[in-house]
Amino acid sequence: MIKLTRVSKEYPHRGYALRDVSLRVNKGEFAFLTGHSGSGKSTTMRLIHMSDRPSSGEINVDGYSSDHITQRDLWKVRRLVGMVFQDFRLLPGRTALENVAFALEVTGTPRKAIPARANLLLAQVGFAPKKDALVEQLSGGERQRVAIARALANEPDILLADEPTGNLDDQATSEILDLFWDINAKGMAVLMATHDLELVGRHPNARIIELDQGRLVSDSNIMQAGTH
Amino acid sequence: MYAIREAVAAFRRAPILTALSAGMVGLALYVVGLFSLATYNLQIALAAIEERVEIVVYIRDNTRQSEIDLFLTEIMDFQEVSSTKLISKMDALERAQRDLPEFGQLFLDSEVNPLPQSIEIALHPGNRTPEAIAKVVKAAQGYTFVEDALYGEEWVDRLFALRRVGLATTTAAGAALAMVAALIIGAALRIAVFARREEIYVMRLVGARNGFIRSPFLLEGALAGLTGGILALGLTYGSYRGVSTYMLDVAWIPFSWVGIGLTAGLLFGTISSAVAIHRHLKKV
Repeated sequence: MIKLTRVSKEYPHRGYALRDVSLRVNKGEFAFLTGHSGSGKSTTMRLIHMSDRPSSGEINVDGYSSDHITQRDLWKVRRLVGMVFQDFRLLPGRTALENVAFALEVTGTPRKAIPARANLLLAQVGFAPKKDALVEQLSGGERQRVAIARALANEPDILLADEPTGNLDDQATSEILDLFWDINAKGMAVLMATHDLELVGRHPNARIIELDQGRLVSDSNIMQAGTH
Repeated sequence: MYAIREAVAAFRRAPILTALSAGMVGLALYVVGLFSLATYNLQIALAAIEERVEIVVYIRDNTRQSEIDLFLTEIMDFQEVSSTKLISKMDALERAQRDLPEFGQLFLDSEVNPLPQSIEIALHPGNRTPEAIAKVVKAAQGYTFVEDALYGEEWVDRLFALRRVGLATTTAAGAALAMVAALIIGAALRIAVFARREEIYVMRLVGARNGFIRSPFLLEGALAGLTGGILALGLTYGSYRGVSTYMLDVAWIPFSWVGIGLTAGLLFGTISSAVAIHRHLKKV
């Protein structure tokens, strides 16, 4: 589903953000991508979303290779990969429903089908009651739910979450993680970047991939495979 | 449909910004409009002067009428010539008495009419050039009974030199003004794109196609350009009325120029918007 083969990313003036990283995330998997700030988690997320291109190596998302995909076809990858962020990136001045509807509208959902589908997506993330509230009136946890509903708009195969609980309190963090597990239980792969090892420790069933200074230093899948 | 809805929604969400874009476009095109008004009136003035360009052929006395008739027929064969008019000795005298009253008594006292008969040759518009005039004059001078053929050589040369300078100046200044207008429109629409950068970011995030992202901006650019063009037209017309009423009688620009101006506004708006959104999409 997602395959990184010897991927490096070098930025001008900043040096390497990723060095020679190879990993694979399979269909229906739940994985944490951990590491300190600057370890390369966000870069990995951006590369999988193909918001950025690797300096070397190849990324393959559901058959779309970073080596061959054209600028014109990038939208196809982005509909396969839903993405949420620490700062939510919702459109201000619009309601929760309008934010989700916007994603549906710009990706070509028939106009008549949009209200029902947006309501359904918000209901799936447990957010139906406040759907008509402006995003500025929502708490961090609520905003993250709206952002997740938006990320699910195209029924992606994988959900990328870049420090999604970074701005949330413990209660909201726990609720968002539960939501991710619910989404994962329906068959969607979830790759969540976080530096919070305590949070990761609360989910022993998840795979843990650790980056340090742009290098892959451990992967619980490989370790388990090694012990068996 | 989405593009139209979004373009209208963009106006609703940021009416001041949209009005500002259209206003900037309007003011930029207003300068072009004023320039067009001035250029058009200058053209009319030059054309009026050009109309007075004619060749006068003086005929020796005692020339047979048949020779004159042959000349009139042959000179009309030149494609440059539009009409001829024979001025008899009597007509010439009457005209002199009318136009030069201070010499009226002198003409009356004279027993012999000293003025020769002449032929005034008018040329088609577009053929009143020094080259065309010289061609006809040379042909006329080839007839033995033609005493002289005059056309105010120095005056015509000056007129055409002035015309050439005028054309070069108006072309260069018009192109420069159009370029300035395009740059201003481009800046205004870049502001509009920047104001909606968050929407563009989300569109790309969720997988909107580039064409889908571009279309409302192109439409918005076209609308801003067209609205600006209409605004410029109104301002130019107002200036025309003001000048006509209080200063001097000027002509309004032809309808085709208005059409070209509005189309230019629409194209400037669309192209500037396309450039602005293309640059933005390359960055994000």
